[in-house]
Amino acid sequence: MIRTTATIDESTKTTNGRRAYLATLTSDLGPLIAALIAISIVLSFLTPSFLTASNLTNVIIQTSVIGIAAVGGTFVIITGGIDLSVGSVVALAGMIAAQVMTGKPVDAVAGGLIGIAVALAVGLIVGAVNGASVTWLRLVPFIVTLATLASVRGLTLAVSDGVTKYGFPKSFDFLGSGAIAGIRVPVFAMLLMFVLGHIVLRQTTFGHQVFAVGGNREAARLAGIPVKKVLFLVYVISGLSAAVAGVVLAGRLDSALPSAANGLELQVIAGIVVGGTSLAGGRGSIVGTLVGVLLIGVINNGLTLLGVNPFYTQFIQGVVIFAAVLLDALSQRRRRV
Amino acid sequence: MNSGQVMAVEGDVLLEMRGIEKSFPGVKALRGVDLQVPAGHVLGLVGENGAGKSTLMKVLSGAYDADKGVILVEGKELPAGTSAAISAGIAVIYQELSLVNDMSVMENLFLGRVPSKAGFLRRGLARDRAREALSEVGLAAVDPDTRVGDLPLNKRQLVELAKALVRDARILVMDEPTAALQSQDVENLYKVVKALKKRNLAIVLISHHLEEVFELADSAVVMRDGSAVASRPIADWDEAAMVRAMVDRDLDDFFPWKEREIGEIVLEVSGLVSAPLVRDASLVVRAGEIVGVGGIAGAGRTDFLKAISAAESYSAGQVRVGGSARKLKSPTDALANGVIYVPEDRKLEGLVMEASISENIALSNLRRISRWGFVNAAKKKALANAAVKRFGVRTTSIGQMAGTLSGGNQQKVILGRATASHPRIILLDEPTRGIDVGAKAEIYGHMITMAREGAAIVMVSSELPELLGMSDRVVVMFRGRTVADLPRDQATSEIVTHWATTGMGLES
Repeated sequence: MIRTTATIDESTKTTNGRRAYLATLTSDLGPLIAALIAISIVLSFLTPSFLTASNLTNVIIQTSVIGIAAVGGTFVIITGGIDLSVGSVVALAGMIAAQVMTGKPVDAVAGGLIGIAVALAVGLIVGAVNGASVTWLRLVPFIVTLATLASVRGLTLAVSDGVTKYGFPKSFDFLGSGAIAGIRVPVFAMLLMFVLGHIVLRQTTFGHQVFAVGGNREAARLAGIPVKKVLFLVYVISGLSAAVAGVVLAGRLDSALPSAANGLELQVIAGIVVGGTSLAGGRGSIVGTLVGVLLIGVINNGLTLLGVNPFYTQFIQGVVIFAAVLLDALSQRRRRV
Repeated sequence: MNSGQVMAVEGDVLLEMRGIEKSFPGVKALRGVDLQVPAGHVLGLVGENGAGKSTLMKVLSGAYDADKGVILVEGKELPAGTSAAISAGIAVIYQELSLVNDMSVMENLFLGRVPSKAGFLRRGLARDRAREALSEVGLAAVDPDTRVGDLPLNKRQLVELAKALVRDARILVMDEPTAALQSQDVENLYKVVKALKKRNLAIVLISHHLEEVFELADSAVVMRDGSAVASRPIADWDEAAMVRAMVDRDLDDFFPWKEREIGEIVLEVSGLVSAPLVRDASLVVRAGEIVGVGGIAGAGRTDFLKAISAAESYSAGQVRVGGSARKLKSPTDALANGVIYVPEDRKLEGLVMEASISENIALSNLRRISRWGFVNAAKKKALANAAVKRFGVRTTSIGQMAGTLSGGNQQKVILGRATASHPRIILLDEPTRGIDVGAKAEIYGHMITMAREGAAIVMVSSELPELLGMSDRVVVMFRGRTVADLPRDQATSEIVTHWATTGMGLES
């Protein structure tokens, strides 16, 4: 006797290859892009200063630090993890670079490059500590990165003695405050990071592995994906991109503040989640993150231009995150049915 | 169907089930089952996987509503629902224990029903009753305040029994109580069950281990295909008769097996030990050969396959792939050496359900379709199309989400992924579980093709017809050990079942 089991009807909701990707991207991001456009239109009517080249550049530059850190964060969240330490890494990378560069002549190219290299090394090390703890020590990402959030911030305060450092070589400040063909460099830096992140996530074997690990860790492991290596690397990438954000921030301000980027991790996670990356793992995109951080940037900017009490800004950010998570949950539930 | 035959029983009938029927979509799980259990009596309930034992007990516990039939406890009809069953004194101890590991033994015993007065817990009273129940199950030495998670597995099972006693259970159902136990613990459990019997409990013992049934039961009922096919006092049974009653059926020509050319030895496993379930397992497989691994649930078959593919670690023994004694380090390493494990649970372990067919097929083959770390989209598509075509996955596009496919098509996607990596050794765990008949036949055909192409296949199966119908050889596991290695012509259902349930051969 063979036992029979009812067969589930095969749904035929499909398209093909790249077109399928574009289709899911627009169906996932369509509402978000629409929201971004709608808010921009409303703001341009409400305040004449919104739709000006200088203000829009300003929005992007203000978003760039969050955006750059969010590129690495997207990788982590797609694996189903989380990195809370990014804000602290931004600060420590800038601060250690500042320490190394102090006393160098302000126009020395080499000094600035050394500063950037040191900042990246800081990001790499913190990322590796996070990654090693999550994989080989099998600790929970939330707790591990909460610990590094605290200790890395503490290190920043300790090495700086709580004092702001300023006056860096031009080559270091270039990333934050330089300009190419009239366009400020942070805009290019952010675009470059997003393009890189998108290519790695979509077109490399590593990117495929990131999605598989987040979608079903055990299935990925049994299918031969080196799960631990993948998890380790996403935290390293997150640390590195936070360090790049740290360089951009320090360069823009031409100074390293011990309290820099305090609470940045929440805005980074908000941008990623608003952009449609699922905290449960397995789903997400770099393009979505870009739209997500821009949306949050535009809302912040609009509130400032409208003269809204800055204390409400955070409240409204919270509401936006809540709405995004709710929408994500609802669409997931619809998928299950 | 002679289940209605009158059985001479002593004592008052505490539990009676009459004409129980239960259907699920497409399957009639119970076809009118009758049974009676007097007080102070142990009833052994035996039968193959899928015979309906567990369904019957779920009806008894109120977890399922019967479509037809009545349950009488002391002659009174039992209303539907689990809480009615609990207040009638019915306790079911499932294989997967339901203890809360982070709570103390005492808290578990009284879970949700701690004795209290005016809203205050009466800890002293609770502790006394806990001690009493624990000593009755041979755990007098266990402090009621111990955290359950700190107890070894064998003792947790006894805690579960004590929990039933604390609730004044009079009808006790034990589902495979010794499946995870070592032999000295089995002896201990026997003692406890005998003591409970003296306390006039009515006990139903579901077991694949026939020696256990003969040791403990006063009578035994054999179930097959949803019916109680034979019910006799234990003295009127012997093991051979019981096995015959369990497997008596015609094997149809459902299986496309044919004599094949068998090559060199490609996989040699010896003395594998992987705690807790695999104790000493060995196996030899040749190129082009299909070796079936039989045994009952909990015999350690899945863990054996996982240990071979390095998905689980092993503490002793050797796995030689293609004559090389190098130890495989991980599933990734196993894949690179041509060994792939196809899991039983497609949803939890097999597929990324939210990803497309082509993404899923790419997973084990990323190196093949990429260069310098970049995936070649055209190759990825071609690979998926080839796998879909070869295995006949019914889909409109390789972009379809894996989670929306039927079970049979999901399994074909996994097989497509596995074969695309050109494995020398394929370890299939219950390859047709939950799959409809048509897709089953297709998967059998694919297994034969894969073997023809030279793959060595190891197949764990709980379905005897499949095990016997598809295997060139059948290896039987019993309590973590490989106890028999039978060529196809000697692997009959009676012989295999006998090995699987007793660990010994059938004397003829």
